[in-house]
Amino acid sequence: MKYIDEFRQKNAAQAILKKIHEISKKKCNIMEICGTHTHAISKYGIRNALPPNICLISGPGCPVCVTSAGDVNRVIEFSKREKDVILATFGDMMRVPGTESSLQEQKAAGRDIRVVYSPLGAIDIAMAKPEKEVILFAVGFETTVPTVAATVLMAKDKGIKNFSVFALHKLTPPAMKALLDLGELNLHGFICPGHVTTIIGANAYRFIAEDYHAPCVVAGFEPLDAIHGLYMLVKQLEEGRNDIEIQYKRVVTWNGNVKAQKIIEQVFEICDSSWRGIGTIPMSGLRLKEEFADFNAEKRFGIKSETFEKPLDMILDLRLDNGDLKSEIQTGCACGEVLRGLLIPNQCPLFGKVCSPETPVGPCMVSFEGTCAAYYKYEFLQST
Amino acid sequence: MCLGVPGKIIEIKDMMANVDVAGAKKETCLMLLDDVNVGDYIIIHAGFAIQKVNEKEAQETLRIMNDLIKGMPQ
Repeated sequence: MKYIDEFRQKNAAQAILKKIHEISKKKCNIMEICGTHTHAISKYGIRNALPPNICLISGPGCPVCVTSAGDVNRVIEFSKREKDVILATFGDMMRVPGTESSLQEQKAAGRDIRVVYSPLGAIDIAMAKPEKEVILFAVGFETTVPTVAATVLMAKDKGIKNFSVFALHKLTPPAMKALLDLGELNLHGFICPGHVTTIIGANAYRFIAEDYHAPCVVAGFEPLDAIHGLYMLVKQLEEGRNDIEIQYKRVVTWNGNVKAQKIIEQVFEICDSSWRGIGTIPMSGLRLKEEFADFNAEKRFGIKSETFEKPLDMILDLRLDNGDLKSEIQTGCACGEVLRGLLIPNQCPLFGKVCSPETPVGPCMVSFEGTCAAYYKYEFLQST
Repeated sequence: MCLGVPGKIIEIKDMMANVDVAGAKKETCLMLLDDVNVGDYIIIHAGFAIQKVNEKEAQETLRIMNDLIKGMPQ
């Protein structure tokens, strides 16, 4: 396949890995933000092929995993209360646990909850069922946001009245900043997400290099891309440089997809957002602008906002009195720590024992993109 | 999940394209891109084309990796 086979050559991968071994001297912690990178790194055995002084830490780059239990609870409460609506959601969200239930359990209990591959699928349902209200439960990072924004514009253009969006979108650079400010991890550099950056452009990470002196490389998802991206980052670290570099140049530019950015700006505005395991991160989410209030499910149906709005530095308190983290402590699930990069999955007492992809306890195992799912699928044997 | 497999545009009708992704045909919305043509390779996310694949840059990246492997100066 074009653009795939060229970037999966085994000999080239081994040769670049050898180069990494040759140049790498410093002990360094590198975070790969994106869940798809986490999977590529696990799937192709890259983690174990690196020199022991390079530690790869998985970041909070799985949208399903970082959706707070509080937000999942709000959607579940909504689906229980409004019996005459159709809830459209991306597939991975179905099994994500709220405090007491999941969308899958609600569907089993008779609620009309449907999986869509694209936000456009929700419009199709709305057009086919004009007597029903169709609500799109929209999670996702900057890659997904323009697809939802474009769908809202399309619905407005077509005069579709029975469609609205419950938007829980999240932004990547503020989360990177939050993790750096939190200071729990001694991070030396980032492998930045390929397709998020396709939209926002690599310039979005300038502040990380300039203010935090951490280099960033935007890499693609094929094994050669990931390994080459790591080589570029290790080279910067060894040379003491803090630059932003693009490895995935066939798709990523410095300014991103400007048309998509304009569509996002037309429909959404920035707001605070609640992240599972991290807490509320200022200016890290998106909500529909007032002029699109007709498409805002929270406003249309009077869905209560999430109650906790505590700042990030109160995270230890949140662990005690916030519903979502408390519930995780009760089950012993360490997804919060995994999402902040403090624990690797096999350090969680539940991993591979009571928590597996068949019977997931926390969201990092539920989602195909989650760090625990990647470790279970590809690295379980090595980790036990 | 970000699907890294680029698709090739087979046919365009208004805002929608028929795209061949590894042999599977996908209906894809082109609303987020300008200047897209039949034959272009695109990255698809949630039913939308989010970027065209730049052939020149792909070749350049392969050349850089090749030079690195051969020990040429970076």
